[in-house]
Amino acid sequence: MALSGIQIYKLLPQTNCKECGYPTCLAFAMKLAAKQAELSACPYVSEESKKQLAESAAPPIRLVTLKGPEGEVKAGNEVCLFRHEKTFYNKPGLFIRLQASDPNLAEKVRQAAAYKVSYVGIDFTVDGFAIQADGDLGAAVKTVRSVTGRPLILMGDPASLPAGLEACSGETPMIYAADASNWEALADLAAKYKAALAVKGASLDEIADLTQKIQAKGVEDMVLDLGGKTLGDWLTLSTQVRRLALKNFRPLGYPVIALAAGGEKEPLVAAQAIAKYAGFVVLDTFSPELLYALLVLRENIYTDPQKPIQVQPGIYEINKPTAESPVLVTTNFSITYFAVANEVEGSGLPAWLVVCDAEGMSVLTAWAAGKFDAERIAKSIKGFDVASKVSQKRLVLPGHVAVLSGELEEELPDWEIKVGPREAVDLPAYMKQVLA
Amino acid sequence: MPIEIPKDKWPGSVQTVTLGATAAEGGTRTKTVTVGGQTSMPFMHFEAPAPHPPVVAIEIKSKRPEDWSPLLAETWGEAMDAPAKWAAKAQEAGADLLVLALTLNDTPESAVAATKAVLSASGLPLIVFGPGQVEKDNELLVAVAEAAKGEKIGLGICEDKNYRTIVATALANGHVVTARAPMDVNLSKQLNILITDMGLPLDRILMDPTTGALGYGMEYGYSVMERLRLAALQGDRMTQLPMIVTVGFEAWKAKEAKVGEGVPAAWGDWKRRAIHWETITAMALIESGADILVLRHPESVALIKAAIAELIPA
Ligand code: SF4
Repeated sequence: MALSGIQIYKLLPQTNCKECGYPTCLAFAMKLAAKQAELSACPYVSEESKKQLAESAAPPIRLVTLKGPEGEVKAGNEVCLFRHEKTFYNKPGLFIRLQASDPNLAEKVRQAAAYKVSYVGIDFTVDGFAIQADGDLGAAVKTVRSVTGRPLILMGDPASLPAGLEACSGETPMIYAADASNWEALADLAAKYKAALAVKGASLDEIADLTQKIQAKGVEDMVLDLGGKTLGDWLTLSTQVRRLALKNFRPLGYPVIALAAGGEKEPLVAAQAIAKYAGFVVLDTFSPELLYALLVLRENIYTDPQKPIQVQPGIYEINKPTAESPVLVTTNFSITYFAVANEVEGSGLPAWLVVCDAEGMSVLTAWAAGKFDAERIAKSIKGFDVASKVSQKRLVLPGHVAVLSGELEEELPDWEIKVGPREAVDLPAYMKQVLA
Repeated sequence: MPIEIPKDKWPGSVQTVTLGATAAEGGTRTKTVTVGGQTSMPFMHFEAPAPHPPVVAIEIKSKRPEDWSPLLAETWGEAMDAPAKWAAKAQEAGADLLVLALTLNDTPESAVAATKAVLSASGLPLIVFGPGQVEKDNELLVAVAEAAKGEKIGLGICEDKNYRTIVATALANGHVVTARAPMDVNLSKQLNILITDMGLPLDRILMDPTTGALGYGMEYGYSVMERLRLAALQGDRMTQLPMIVTVGFEAWKAKEAKVGEGVPAAWGDWKRRAIHWETITAMALIESGADILVLRHPESVALIKAAIAELIPA
């Protein structure tokens, strides 16, 4: 946690020698607290104070980055408990767990690595692979690497891991997992191969004890496996870790890994992990429908609530519209857009949807703010050359802005302006009854 | 040295609300459902035990819905033709309570008939939703409220445009209202103030903060719910109401759940995707404070009930 000016002052020599360029140590401390000065300007600050100041400047949850030849996954650096307080920054990486002994390993990786799905115009893929060392880990890593260069998590013991680490040396994988019985050997491996190290224990006390011992051996990048037998246990532990970390409790200031462990519960365990603070989520099953749902959930939860996602203004085709199809108008606020697009799509009726740039506001808000008026709508219709798409020039306004229809008729004299329903949910009925 | 776990201690608590009345209470329900009462954020039992875990309602319709996903039609089958049969089947599927959703084609007579059929087919507490058009809602819900006098049913949707009528009939007939505001903390508060100003006590109001499905604005509802619950625990009286979310309605409207053809191959298996859409939306909203989840598919109901059982201490 950032120190106040007074707290920093206590760490300075307090001699007011002015060499830093400030009249007093306190003045310098205030500037440091405001991040308007560099500590190096004071030649007399002690090593101990430097260390304390550096620690206080570190983020409460360490940023851990896993790297493969193709791609990286970052976790950590989070600053809040609830997304509305600021935002959640680093989307948890979704990993698929594979068995080294699996005779179909290459095929499974190929399938999962080829997976790609698009949501609101963004392409999502699997972030990486976890390989369980139940067979020759070195050979398994090579097999995986022959297909994909995405980051790896290697799961095994001090005997099985070195072959795997050797096979991906130069990368930054994660080693899973150090516990009270093997931490020294795994910390050595993590240090040698510059890998991140997952740490697990029967309680938060035990985990915190281990991370401190491991850090003393020079390993900085750690990830916590909290255990937790039930959804409730895991939620409690994950919340406690996030709270402690945000209060600057360093031994637990690391990202968390959640193993969803397959079965009927896997979707809900993974969903909870995504909503409640996991930095890495390992799935046992590769299933397109589950991945799609989880990737969308992750995108939703990690959307910056201060900046609602906006849709690109433009003309959208819904249900393969033709020259006879009507033109519907709305704003580029994502919820508005998705509500309208979803209803029209669900109706099965073709339409052109013109999304006007209303600075990401909903219809009513944008209208009130003067960002969705006849002039702007007309500009969009002309700018996107909508007239060239249709033979019958029918334009449907959202019911909330019925007042604009007169002005819009003046702006677009060769168009027939119709007033649609206020709410998107009534669009299908309107389209069937009025536009058919 | 053991770690000292930070515990939040909140001045406020969530109001408890009970739906349904047994014979002893002047109704005919075989059980009642109570929600609310929390004094900490969802499932933070290490701070304070929550007296009432979230519950699951199953949504049924007064008439066979033509626009529901074929997956739902397949699972409910013929029961969809008769609210009484549907109610009995929903009870078998594990519902803690029922939601009867009326349609625009209902008349006060048909709405009352459907309500009575459901009340006699199942002893579970009931919530009745109008079709969501102000005049129609008023017309149907007043008739239903009178016919179900004493059963302590929930009446929805009660919003800023029609709250007077719905609250008046809830007051006259001993019911609960579900107050819906569009994804906004202040609008929710404002509506609750208007409703309580009419004399309806807080223990007869449920709050529907409005939510979107996964991928369709869920995150807005999610954060509004977290903010409402935090405000409630901080002691803001007009936010201290249990929250009801219509997950089934939202999720099954999404293309991902509704249709199986003409969608990207990367969307995978239709049925499992549809269940994921409903359950993952529900799961996220449970974590953000939902007290009553209104679902549609029996498999989702089983999964979410199992999840709730795991979230509360054994
Ligand atoms: S140089 Fe260091 S000791 Fe001198 S006034 Fe600045 S802060 Fe104080």
